[in-house]
Amino acid sequence: MNLNLDFAAIIERWPAFLDGALLTLQLAFIATVLGTVIGVLGAIGRRSSHPVVSRICGIYVEAIRNTPLLVQIFLVYFGLASLGLKFSAFAVAAAALTINVGAYTTEIIRAGFDSIPRGQIEAAEGLALSKAQIYWHVVMWPAIEKVYPSLTSQFVLLMLASSVTSQISAEELTAVANYVQSDTYRAFETYILVAIVYIVLSLIMRAGFWLLGLVVFPRRRRLGTPL
Amino acid sequence: MGGSLNANHLMFLGYGALWTIGLSLIGLLGGGIAGFIIALCRISPNRIVRLLSAGYVQLIQGTPLLVIMFLTYFGLPTLGVTVSPLTAAGASLTIYVGAYLGEIWRGSIESVPKPQWEAAEGLGLSRAQRMMKVILPQAMRIATPPTVGFMVQIIKNTSLASVVGFVELARSGQIINNSLFEPFLIYTIIAVIYFALCYPISRISRRLEMRSGPARLSLGTA
Repeated sequence: MNLNLDFAAIIERWPAFLDGALLTLQLAFIATVLGTVIGVLGAIGRRSSHPVVSRICGIYVEAIRNTPLLVQIFLVYFGLASLGLKFSAFAVAAAALTINVGAYTTEIIRAGFDSIPRGQIEAAEGLALSKAQIYWHVVMWPAIEKVYPSLTSQFVLLMLASSVTSQISAEELTAVANYVQSDTYRAFETYILVAIVYIVLSLIMRAGFWLLGLVVFPRRRRLGTPL
Repeated sequence: MGGSLNANHLMFLGYGALWTIGLSLIGLLGGGIAGFIIALCRISPNRIVRLLSAGYVQLIQGTPLLVIMFLTYFGLPTLGVTVSPLTAAGASLTIYVGAYLGEIWRGSIESVPKPQWEAAEGLGLSRAQRMMKVILPQAMRIATPPTVGFMVQIIKNTSLASVVGFVELARSGQIINNSLFEPFLIYTIIAVIYFALCYPISRISRRLEMRSGPARLSLGTA
């Protein structure tokens, strides 16, 4: 083993890594926001009394959760291209990540919905709240508050999984690393550095979610425990 | 270009699917051994061992498997160690799965009620005996549903071995697609095969979870 590591040649390229990291965060941000929306809608759909709606949502969740993200991305990117629909790699990456994480958030938020005691809803009905008010105040927010830690872990995993989009040449962090290592022949140093950047990004996301939780769920802040 | 999907292509895909299963088993076995060691280290009475294993878990859980694959396959040769795609993929999966299974199993061991430890201690059992005869048999029961659930993640994650040129299911699909250029058809077939491998395991995991009481949320990667 000839250990002569040279990180200087890699760190020199920091602007490229910074661009890649920002793009990774952008992908993660888009997929987090849209994935949450899909998750809420999907969870409502899965609990729908309409059998067709709940069936479709169930198939979506199972199909996504039981196939690899890599194959989903290839299917969307090359599949759409073969149908004559050409989108940028970034757009496809964001769409595929959103569809992917939406299935996981659907399951997590549904578990949150299921954990709302029946009595809470009955009490709300007794107070003559409308159906929409009950869903919003009594079911949705307390449910999301309960599963917030699981949701945030899922979104951090999503950010890490976004590395797979380098395979369709979305110019995110891993793609930058592939480019830099083929340019400098310093693969080991490059991927060590990128691993460190990913760890930092996941710490940033965790800190961000923690702060967001303090703002969005004041009860959690006051009591120190989720209700 | 040209040609259409024929029996030879399907044979090739079947061969790829076998390697996906093989690689998953390597990941499960290697990751299982690594995870068991990690889980024991995480609850070790020695503070340094605890810190080191916690650091390992944090590092691996903060890094994408894809980067670990690249690091072993492209990184090690620059240090003078050449590895085959199979070795690189197997080693990466072992490192990655070990961190996750280690955390799952640590949680299972820690959720065995404290009085069980105390009772075993009261019976004069040594630490090793307490572990083997009292704690682990109970922890195994708690650990089974999440472990089976994680097997689905392992199978899906083997698809990332395709990036280092290991010909498993995803890679064999890519190769066929390169000659036929029918991505929609081929990747749909690939997705269906993965689904056929993963869905039964998901179902078993859910049934086990329901049988063992409160459902715990399982996280998914990729």
